[in-house]
Amino acid sequence: MPLILEKVNSVCQKTLLDVRNLAVSFRSLDGDIQAVKGVSFVVNNGETVALVGESGSGKSVIALSILQLLSYATAYHPTGSIKFKSEELLGADIDTLGRVRGNRISMIFQEPMTALNPLHTIEKQIAESLILHKDYPRNKLRKRVIELLEEVGIQNADQRLGAFPHELSGGQRQRVMIAMALANEPDLLIADEPTTALDVTLQAQILELLKNLQRKFGMALLFITHDLGVVEKIADRVCVMEKGSIVESGETKKVFSNPAQVYTRKLLNAEPKGSKSAVDITAPVLLESKEIKVWFPIKKGLLRQVVDYVRAVDGMNIKIHEGETVGIVGESGSGKTTLGMALLKLQNSDGILRFDGKDLQKLTANGMRPFRRQMQVVFQDPFGSLSPRMTVGQIVEEGLCIHKIGENKRERDDLVVNVLEEVGIQSVHRNRYPHEFSGGQRQRIAIARALVLRPRFIVLDEPTSALDRSVQAQIVDLLRTLQVRYKLSYLFISHDLKIVKALADRVIVMRHGKLVEEGNSSSIFEAPRDPYTRELIMAAFHNRTSSGI
Amino acid sequence: MANPLKVSEANDSRITPLMRRRLTNFRKNKRGFWSLWIFLLLFLVSLFAEFIANDRPIVIWFKSDLYFPIFEFYSETDFGGDFEAEADYADVHVQKLIEANGWMIWPPVRYSYDSHITDLASPAPSPPSTRNWLGTDDQARDVFSRMIYGFRISILFGLALTIFSSLIGIAVGAIQGYFGGLIDLVGQRVIEVWVGLPMLYMLIILASVVQPNFWWLLGLMLLFSWPGLVGVVRAEFLRGRNFEYVKAARALGQSNRVIIMQHVMPNAMVATLTFLPFITSGSVITLTSLDFLGFGLPPGSPSLGELLKQGKDNLFAPWLGITAFIVISVMLSLLVFIGEAVRDAFDPRKG
Repeated sequence: MPLILEKVNSVCQKTLLDVRNLAVSFRSLDGDIQAVKGVSFVVNNGETVALVGESGSGKSVIALSILQLLSYATAYHPTGSIKFKSEELLGADIDTLGRVRGNRISMIFQEPMTALNPLHTIEKQIAESLILHKDYPRNKLRKRVIELLEEVGIQNADQRLGAFPHELSGGQRQRVMIAMALANEPDLLIADEPTTALDVTLQAQILELLKNLQRKFGMALLFITHDLGVVEKIADRVCVMEKGSIVESGETKKVFSNPAQVYTRKLLNAEPKGSKSAVDITAPVLLESKEIKVWFPIKKGLLRQVVDYVRAVDGMNIKIHEGETVGIVGESGSGKTTLGMALLKLQNSDGILRFDGKDLQKLTANGMRPFRRQMQVVFQDPFGSLSPRMTVGQIVEEGLCIHKIGENKRERDDLVVNVLEEVGIQSVHRNRYPHEFSGGQRQRIAIARALVLRPRFIVLDEPTSALDRSVQAQIVDLLRTLQVRYKLSYLFISHDLKIVKALADRVIVMRHGKLVEEGNSSSIFEAPRDPYTRELIMAAFHNRTSSGI
Repeated sequence: MANPLKVSEANDSRITPLMRRRLTNFRKNKRGFWSLWIFLLLFLVSLFAEFIANDRPIVIWFKSDLYFPIFEFYSETDFGGDFEAEADYADVHVQKLIEANGWMIWPPVRYSYDSHITDLASPAPSPPSTRNWLGTDDQARDVFSRMIYGFRISILFGLALTIFSSLIGIAVGAIQGYFGGLIDLVGQRVIEVWVGLPMLYMLIILASVVQPNFWWLLGLMLLFSWPGLVGVVRAEFLRGRNFEYVKAARALGQSNRVIIMQHVMPNAMVATLTFLPFITSGSVITLTSLDFLGFGLPPGSPSLGELLKQGKDNLFAPWLGITAFIVISVMLSLLVFIGEAVRDAFDPRKG
C-alpha cells in the first residue's frame, strides 16, 4: 500500500495537466454535434505531447476547452474534467481563468495575422500581458519586451518595437505571437497548428525555436497538428485522434515504428508516394512562354507617378510538353501563382505566350474562348473555388453551356454524370450544394469542372494544400490516373515538395519572380545545385534549417 | 422587399440550410416578425382605401341595375336627376332619388380625401366627432380619410423609390466593383461630387421649376438617392471578384455579364437586402419633409407631410398634428423594426 501511494504521489507532482473523459458538444438546429467524445490524456512537466488528427477530429476544440475559450453560447461539456496543477478549469470562474490564461498557460494560434491586433504596435501587445498578470514596473517594461523579442529571434528588436503586425513577415508575426505567449514564462504552452500557415523553410525555423525555448524555460508543450512529420520531430508522446476520440497514444517513437491502430497506420502511410517517370522530350510543345513578365506598378505621390514595380514574375521561360507535369515550387510571394494565372491569360503579362503554336497575347476575350476550353485551372481552396449558391451539377455544367458542348440538357447531364463518377463523386449527389461535401470531395468536384471540357492543359494551383494528408494522397493518385488517360499536361504549383516529387516530371524552383533552378524531378531532388533549392528540400523533407539545430 | 415567410411555407427543396437558418433568425426577432405582419396588414388595407373611405357608394342597385360609382362615371340624369354632371352622392336630393328605386352600399367612411364637407357643426378644422372620427382639417376635409390615402401614397412612394434607386445603385456598384481600376476611380469621384450636393435644396429648387406630381418627385428624388447602395455593393464586388470560383468561371470563358449576375451578385444581395427597409423609411421621410415644406405633391393630394404642416399652422386643433405624428412614427418604427430583423437574419454570427 505505501508503495502505491508513493507512486501516485510522484505522478501527481509530475502531472501538469490532466484531462479526463472530456466531451464537447455544440448545440445546433439539427440536434447536438459531438465534437469531442470522452478524451483523456496527461501532460507532464516539461514534456511535449502532440495531438494529431485530420481536420474535424476535434483537436482544436480540446485546446480551446483547456482555456475555456469556446463560444459557450452554443458549446457545452456533457462530461469531463480538466485539472491544471490539480485545479479544475472546467467551469472555473473568471478570476481563476484570468489567473491562468496567458500567465500559467499560453496559447499560440495558426494564423498570426488574425491573432494579432492590426491596430496596435507589437510592443504594446507584448507588454499587455506583462502588465495584466505581473503588474510589471513600467520603467522596466520596454527592456523586458526587447529581451523577449530577442529571445524569439527578431533581429534589431529595439527598432522593431513600434512596428505594426502588417509590417512584419509571416514568420516574424509568428515569432511575435510566441514572444507574447512566453512573456510570463508559462508552465504550459498550447500551440495550435503554429506552423501550418507558414512556408516550409519558416516552419522548420519556428519548430526549432519552439524546441529551444521549451528546453530553456522548462515548459510543457501541447502541440496540435495534422502534420506527422512535425510530430516525429518535436513530440515526446503522441495522441492520435479520430472523430473526437483518441484512438492511440504512446511514446512517439513507439507509435511511429509500431502503430497498433489501423487509423494510425493509415495516417502514417498517407504521405504521397512514388514519382513520375519523365516523358518523352520529343513530344510536341503544348505551351510555351518566353520572357514572360508580370510587373505591378508602385505609384506614389500626388500625381500617382509610377516610381517602381513589384516584379511578381520577371522573365520566365517555360515549355510544357504534351502529357508532361511541370512542378513549380517556391515560398509564398515567389510569384508561382501569378505565373500560373499569366499562362492562362487570367492575368495580363508581357512577353511571348504560345499555346499549341498560336500566339495568345493578342487575343481578345472572345478570341480566347476556344482556348479556354483547352486550358483549365484547379485552385487551392476547395471551399472558395465552388460557388456556394449553385448545385454541383450546375457548377460542372456551366462550362458545357459556355462552350456549347452537348446538344441538349439531357446530353449535358450525361456528360456531367460521367465526369463526376470519373473523379469519384456519386452522381446522384449532383443536386447537392458544395457545403454538403468534404474538402477532398470539393476538390474532386473542382477537378470535374475542369475535366468536363476535355482540356489539354490544366494549371493546378496548390490543389492539395488545404487538404488532409490522406486526402492529398488520393487526389494525387486521381490526378495521375487522369493524366495517363487523357494525356493531360499539368502545371503543378505547390510549396509542398513532397507532393511535387510525387507528381512532377520537371521542376522549376522560383524565388522573387525569377527562376532559381530547373531540371528533371529526380535531379532536382537528389542533387540540387542551388543553395536555395537545398534549403527548401532540407526544410521540406527533414523539417530542418540548413544551419541545423 | 422580399417576403421570406411565404417561401418557407412552400418548403421548397431549393431552400438551403443557410436560408432556413436566416428564416429562423428572422422569426426569432419577435418584434421585427410582428412588425412585418402588422405592416403588411396596414399596407394591404390601405391599398383598398377607396372601399374604406370614399364619397361614392361601393354598389348601387337602381331600377334592377347594378352601378359601381367607384369605378365608373354616372351622371345625375342616370338616376333621374336634372344635371348632366357627375352625380353628387353626398347630396341628400340624389340619395333620395336612388333610394326611391333601389338601395346603395356605402364605405364605412363616407368621405374621400378630397371631399369638402359643407355641413360641419363647427367651423373647420372641426374636432373629432362620430361623423369625422379624427376631425377635419382647415379645408373641411376628413382627417381619417386623408390619413389612409396619405399612408398609402407614402408607402408606395417609398417602395417605388427603393426599388428604382436599388436597381441603379446595384448596377453602378456592380460595374465599379467588378471592373475596378479607372472605371471605379472615375465613378467614385463623380459620386463624391454628386453626394456633396445638398439634396433637399436641390429638390426645392427643381420643384419650383416644374409643378411636381408623383412621378416627377420620384424621378427627382431618384437623382439623389441612388448612390446610397453603391458603396455597399461596390465593396462586395471588390471582394467577390477575387473569389476563386469567379476566377474559375473566367477560366471557363464565362462572359463578364454572366459572372456578375450569377456568381458575384448573390453575395452582394445579402448586404443590399439588409439595407432595403432603411432606404424605404428614408424615402418616406424625404417625401414627408418635402410635403411639409410645401414643395412636394401637388396641392390637394393626401399627404402626411401636408397634414403635419396643417398641424403646425393650426396649433389650436391638436388632432391634426397628433394624427400625423402617430401615423408617421408608427410607419417608420415598423420599417426600422423589420430592417433590424432582416439584419439579424443575415448576421452570420447568430447561430
